[in-house]
Amino acid sequence: MSRLLEMRNINKFYYGNQVLKDVTITLDEGEILGLVGENGAGKSTLMNILFGMPVIHSTGGFGGEIVFKGERVNIDSPMKAMELGIGMVHQEFMLLPGFTVTENIKLNREITKPNFLSMVFGKRLELLDMEPMREEARKALDTIGMHSIDEMHLVAGLPVAHKQFVEIAREIDKRSLKLLVLDEPTAVLTESEAEILLNVVRLLSQKGISIIFISHRLHEVLEVAHKIVILRDGAVVGEGPKEKFTLFEIAEKMVGRKVENLELPPRKVPLDENKIIMSIKDLHVHMPGEEVKGFSIDIREGEILGIGGLAGQGKLGVANGIFGMYPATGKVTYMGKEYQLNSPLFALKNGIVYVSEDRRGVGLLLDESVEMNIVATAIQAFGMFTKRFLGFTIYDRKAIREHALRMIKELDIRCKGPAQPVRRLSGGNQQKVCLARAFTLNPKVLFVSEPTRGIDVGAKKLVLDYLVKLNREHGITIVLTSSELAELKSICDRIAIVCEGKLAAVLPPTASDVEFGLAMAGELEEVKAHG
Amino acid sequence: MQKRMSLKDILIANAVPITFFILTFLAVLVAKIPILFLLSEIVRRLSRNTFLVLALIIPVVAGLGLNFAIVLGAMAAQAALFFVVDWGITGLSGILLAIVISSVISIFLGWIAGKTLNRAKGREMITSMILGFFANGVYQLIFLFFVGSLIPFKKTDFLLPQGVGLRNTVDLFGIVDGALNDLLTLNIGFITIYIVPLIFVVGLCVFLTFLLKTKLGQDFKAVGQDMHIARTAGIDVDKTRIIAVILSTVFASIGQVIYLQDIGTINTYNSHEQIGLFSIAALLVGGASVKKANIWNAILGVILFHALFVVAPSAGNRLFGQPQIGEFFREFIAYAVIAFALAMHGWRSRKGK
Ligand SMILES: Nc1ncnc2c1ncn2[C@@H]1O[C@H](COP(=O)(O)OP(=O)(O)O)[C@@H](O)[C@H]1O
Ligand SMILES: [Mg+2]
Repeated sequence: MSRLLEMRNINKFYYGNQVLKDVTITLDEGEILGLVGENGAGKSTLMNILFGMPVIHSTGGFGGEIVFKGERVNIDSPMKAMELGIGMVHQEFMLLPGFTVTENIKLNREITKPNFLSMVFGKRLELLDMEPMREEARKALDTIGMHSIDEMHLVAGLPVAHKQFVEIAREIDKRSLKLLVLDEPTAVLTESEAEILLNVVRLLSQKGISIIFISHRLHEVLEVAHKIVILRDGAVVGEGPKEKFTLFEIAEKMVGRKVENLELPPRKVPLDENKIIMSIKDLHVHMPGEEVKGFSIDIREGEILGIGGLAGQGKLGVANGIFGMYPATGKVTYMGKEYQLNSPLFALKNGIVYVSEDRRGVGLLLDESVEMNIVATAIQAFGMFTKRFLGFTIYDRKAIREHALRMIKELDIRCKGPAQPVRRLSGGNQQKVCLARAFTLNPKVLFVSEPTRGIDVGAKKLVLDYLVKLNREHGITIVLTSSELAELKSICDRIAIVCEGKLAAVLPPTASDVEFGLAMAGELEEVKAHG
Repeated sequence: MQKRMSLKDILIANAVPITFFILTFLAVLVAKIPILFLLSEIVRRLSRNTFLVLALIIPVVAGLGLNFAIVLGAMAAQAALFFVVDWGITGLSGILLAIVISSVISIFLGWIAGKTLNRAKGREMITSMILGFFANGVYQLIFLFFVGSLIPFKKTDFLLPQGVGLRNTVDLFGIVDGALNDLLTLNIGFITIYIVPLIFVVGLCVFLTFLLKTKLGQDFKAVGQDMHIARTAGIDVDKTRIIAVILSTVFASIGQVIYLQDIGTINTYNSHEQIGLFSIAALLVGGASVKKANIWNAILGVILFHALFVVAPSAGNRLFGQPQIGEFFREFIAYAVIAFALAMHGWRSRKGK
């Protein structure tokens, strides 16, 4: 096999933050490289550099060099990357909803035929030749075994899995394709769909196309990749043929030993192990990609309980199930009474509040103001911040404004003012708005999922500090779900590790990374007695 | 996966044209206007106004929204006509010369407008509106202060008494008035149909249909849906948008020439402003939105909007004993329609996030 790609000593800064540090990767023809790393490790950024994405060049470019087929290349636009034979399926969908599958597969590579006007005014006035476009799209879909996708269907109505395959079809339809980057292609797929995708990846590799495969699901990477590169905080912390690694080693390297034990403030009243606020038994949650299959735990009043585990193992499903975002079954008692599953309203009325990992999707009203986002749920669920006026119930603007200003100050939400739309805020500040809203609901138990996903280090610390403050000063019990072990270790009293939808272990934050790694891989047999 | 549209969905989607149809229908009943008269007026306005309305379609498809900057094209057309008047070139050659000159100016203005709008992505409509105001200032400066002083103008009849600046109205009578209309007419009883302007309209419809099936048209649609994705696919987004604005401006200028030769006089400081407003209103009345427009919206819009225009004064007269109310009503309706469409747009994009 001959060398196809080398990215040498890549450095990248975003607004003064170094997000890639001297990263070097190499790839041979037909080889599958598994690129793994925690959220924010820099995987997408590295791939965006390879693909010449505008976001890289509008933020000051990057350092280092790229050698493709033995030559130094300057990839300054996606067009350039495509000309070289590099294709990319981005983490977010890159399909036009108003176009058919064919039009999307052939986007900007349409087949055209000349006419009188095009001869005078140039190629752009050539007419699209739909029939051959359609045939080629069909062929590309068939190549990856997607016989069931209708090539004339509008993309807007397709299920997510099909969209993902349409994107792959689009890339392999580029006949000169040499290298295909798949950025977390399985994140939106169910287990069986992911399996099909892995087969497609193998098939392409056999055809001589090199693949860079990014995934959180480590077992997938181990299954499909020839070699593995592990990124942590923008640096390569491990690489080599896949035989060199076990699942556990990868997990450990990914997480690293970056535990900074913050000095946590003391509690006014010490925790009482026997005071159980919520007891979960045999919880099943039907959440695609994060299925929970018989999870049990007792949550102690006033604690910060961490829930960790590898992506796809079900840790996210727990909070979603308790709050009623996805269908759930099981026996849950809350403050000694039976708890009603599948009803967000019941949860809210009983002081259980959930801050979703999907803050842009279900968390925030993006075009509404900061203040409305903070109070919206409180208004809906409890009629807070309203007053009676001439027999009508109206918003109490003054109270809303006062409360919003207080929260903005307390959480240091960086915005132009309470009236600014949330869409314009950075990820970290959006997350703070979510937390402010949760606090507004006066929770007894607060479920928070991935609160620091995709936000910068400074904001991360603030968010975690605020959670601790809610816990210590207001006595709120917190269940923190996170993919970042370091984060769990820094503020939690206990950490429950979920593996294959079940509780694998409950560990103290002081447990070693090896123990956590084993637990995540489902191999730590002995569940700690005090679990 | 595609759901069949229920009757309710169809009604909601076409709320504006339906409302307008009912409104016009009622106004016709009240005004007691002879149907043949109404018909002949509508036919005339179709040949006079449709070209201008069609000029708005490409920017909508390319995601730039309603291009208020078509007034730039209209100004170019008027400027060209002033000089045709001054040089005394009459008839069809005058028209053709005006079209050529105004197209050249419009290509340049469209290019500037396109560049400007590229710097204001996401705020195209308000920017194009402001561009229109700005251009209007420059236009007034030129034709109020420079013509007759810096720019020689021989036809002193059309200048203000001091010899500097154009008068409020410039008469095209005897020069290019009706030069296209009168080339070929068809009389069906009471109704006179001006064939040549209609051929222009049909020609533009055919061209637009053709264009949207070309590679360039596909790029317009792609850029209109999502600039980021289009750019990632390698489409030159900025250039595509500039082409869209240039085409729109050039079509608007030709449309304005057609319009003015029919009207016969230029309202020096007013015609272009009005035409921008009324064309956009007509397109919206035809069921177009800020994100979707086709030639049928344009044609239907011209018919409905202008039918209401024709009957409004009489209806106003009957109801309130005052034709002015109908007159006022026109302008009010035009603004109301635009405001309504923009509000709908805001509401939809908020709902659809
Ligand atoms: N457009 C951007 N502007 C500023 N920071 C960014 C941008 N994109 C990514 N980052 C930051 O760069 C780091 C790496 O992000 P990313 O490459 O997306 O990680 P991964 O794909 O491994 O999850 C993160 O800290 C993220 O916040
Ligand atoms: Mg990523």
